[in-house]
Amino acid sequence: MKNDYILEIEDLTVKYITEDSIVSAVNNMSLKLERGNTLGFVGETGAGKTTTAKSIMRLLPEPPTKIESGKIIFNGENILEKSIKHMQSIRGNKISMIFQDPMTALNPVIPIIDQIAEVILLHQTKDRKAAYKRAEEMLEIVEIKKERGEEYPHQFSGGMKQRVVIAIALACTPDLLIADEPTTALDVTIQAQVLKLMHDIKESNNTSMIMITHDLGIVAEACDNVAVIYAGSIVEYGTKEDIFNSHAHPYTEGLFNCIPDLSKTESELIPIKGIMPDPSDLPTGCKFHPRCPYAVDRCSKEEPESKEISDGHMVKCFLEHRK
Amino acid sequence: MTQKLLEVNNLKKYFDTKRGKLHAVDDVSFYIYKGETLGVVGESGCGKSTTGRTVLRLIEPTEGEIFFDGIDINSLSQEVMRKKRKEMQIVFQDPYSSLDSRRTVYESIEEPLRVNKIFNNRTDLSNRVFELMNTVGLAERLVNSYPHELDGGRRQRVGIARALALNPSFIVLDEPVSALDVSIQAQILNLMERLQDNLNLTYMFISHNLSVVRHISDRVAVMYLGKIVELASYKNIFINPQHPYTKALLSAVPLPRIDLKLDRIILEGDVPSPINPVPRCRFYGRCPERKEVCKGDLPELREIEAEHFVACHLI
Ligand SMILES: Nc1ncnc2c1ncn2[C@@H]1O[C@H](COP(=O)(O)OP(=O)(O)O)[C@@H](O)[C@H]1O
Ligand SMILES: Nc1ncnc2c1ncn2[C@@H]1O[C@H](COP(=O)(O)OP(=O)(O)O)[C@@H](O)[C@H]1O
Ligand SMILES: [Mg+2]
Ligand SMILES: [Mg+2]
Repeated sequence: MKNDYILEIEDLTVKYITEDSIVSAVNNMSLKLERGNTLGFVGETGAGKTTTAKSIMRLLPEPPTKIESGKIIFNGENILEKSIKHMQSIRGNKISMIFQDPMTALNPVIPIIDQIAEVILLHQTKDRKAAYKRAEEMLEIVEIKKERGEEYPHQFSGGMKQRVVIAIALACTPDLLIADEPTTALDVTIQAQVLKLMHDIKESNNTSMIMITHDLGIVAEACDNVAVIYAGSIVEYGTKEDIFNSHAHPYTEGLFNCIPDLSKTESELIPIKGIMPDPSDLPTGCKFHPRCPYAVDRCSKEEPESKEISDGHMVKCFLEHRK
Repeated sequence: MTQKLLEVNNLKKYFDTKRGKLHAVDDVSFYIYKGETLGVVGESGCGKSTTGRTVLRLIEPTEGEIFFDGIDINSLSQEVMRKKRKEMQIVFQDPYSSLDSRRTVYESIEEPLRVNKIFNNRTDLSNRVFELMNTVGLAERLVNSYPHELDGGRRQRVGIARALALNPSFIVLDEPVSALDVSIQAQILNLMERLQDNLNLTYMFISHNLSVVRHISDRVAVMYLGKIVELASYKNIFINPQHPYTKALLSAVPLPRIDLKLDRIILEGDVPSPINPVPRCRFYGRCPERKEVCKGDLPELREIEAEHFVACHLI
């Protein structure tokens, strides 16, 4: 099925207005996510990944947040125009989000089975028995013995807490799951367990997903498409193959050149010079130009448009260095 | 590179807790050659930081010998140890919490020089501070900045400058790049490699990030629950791992490539508690290869080929 998009973001601009500055966190972002696909959001700290995700969930308080422009079209409807009440019926039901720190989603004083049953009771059924049955099923799916349902979050390890969060997020079989660095706080063997679990559940439910990560290894493993984000904009977008085999944006190239690769014996790291720009004082022109090894005069004056360089592969760069 | 700068024998560090003795470091032995980098990897809580700190006697060992440049530093008085420590420094993960928020870059770097009364006039002192800033790539204009005004990479440069101030020969780097974004991480890793060459430094590089450890290390020790389970050249660890835990750990790392299909070993369950552990192989409960013999005594760390040590009954 072509052009069946679960999510379309058009020209989204989000700012945080604080006493001493205006933070341009997301700048004219546009993207499309095909139903059943996983889109990776890759970028370094402060790139605007979480802000974008929370905008989709409508979790950002205004003020200090201001959604200046744009549309977020979910299942054909612009959710930026929906009422708070309508959003509450979508959140945790049609769209769920998993955060890096599982404790942001868990209540420390409520047994975990009750926390899973609660979202089911809120969205899917009034029948308590059915809700608890489904909650137990969810525990089984995330490989936690149902006998442990009466325990509290602090009785679980970090990896198990994150599995409880996954159980809550997926209890209502959402259409879209947004996972914001879900395994960053976990050890690598536990990360492997959690990624496999997420993959298996996603496959069996045909859930669409946004996977936010700074780890290109996770992108290689878990994503179909990739958006590389820098200073609040998508600088490159394409299939996983486009991004890994024929990336074109100098920032994407820089990311690949600066990570040590476990599968290579000798590798020289080529760092990206300089530091991330301050989003309350972004450079003119292309926001990457002060750090770009290929920048020419034009890059500091004019902001490049996103151009399609091959089918669906978009690059926000003049690409002067390739001419 | 055959002279040992550090030699650690049967080092133990136990902490008393309400629930019993916590075996944070449990009988580890290793050495580090002059001028090399020994990487120490393992998941959180396996005892990496405690090992690093105990080796410097920032934490007193429960038991064991620590020879530094031929001297048994565990037998030194606190007074003598304090002098010795000029040669042995540490850089921490989070430069934000290891720097004093009220001190400028200048004051932070000056502090170890002042405390140890290295110079007796201000000009020499200030020259040295600027020299150190230059060595670690900090622009002079940042001299009066406070930690909160610096990004993570620059804060880590201040931490490194402080560690270098007293001309050490050995530095424990405890997750020095773990809090940094990848573009900044590469800058700091390159800096540390350059400093090692220029200043003849010996590193103990602690990290949970296997890719980083592979990149920076000459030899690597893999820890699990207070024990070293495997210790070898980085090539042997990464290309020819022998211990079932090393194999599982390596296979769990997602690689930034789409042309390789991995056979991943998914371990069951979590790392068990280090409090009063059963005296058998620490990995027994999660080991996909465990056999009857593994129920027996603790496996010793044995040299299976030159410079390749493994603690496993099956090898
Ligand atoms: N509540 C807030 N008030 C002001 N600035 C914020 C707020 N939340 C995030 N920011 C800023 O917005 C930018 C984007 O942040 P974020 O979306 O969290 O990035 P990422 O998830 O990619 O690390 C950062 O510079 C961050 O400091
Ligand atoms: N001061 C302390 N008191 C009690 N337990 C400690 C102390 N410091 C560390 N531990 C415990 O020792 C074990 C090893 O910790 P650590 O050396 O920090 O591991 P790593 O650096 O590999 O994550 C952990 O179980 C930790 O909780
Ligand atoms: Mg974030
Ligand atoms: Mg540690």
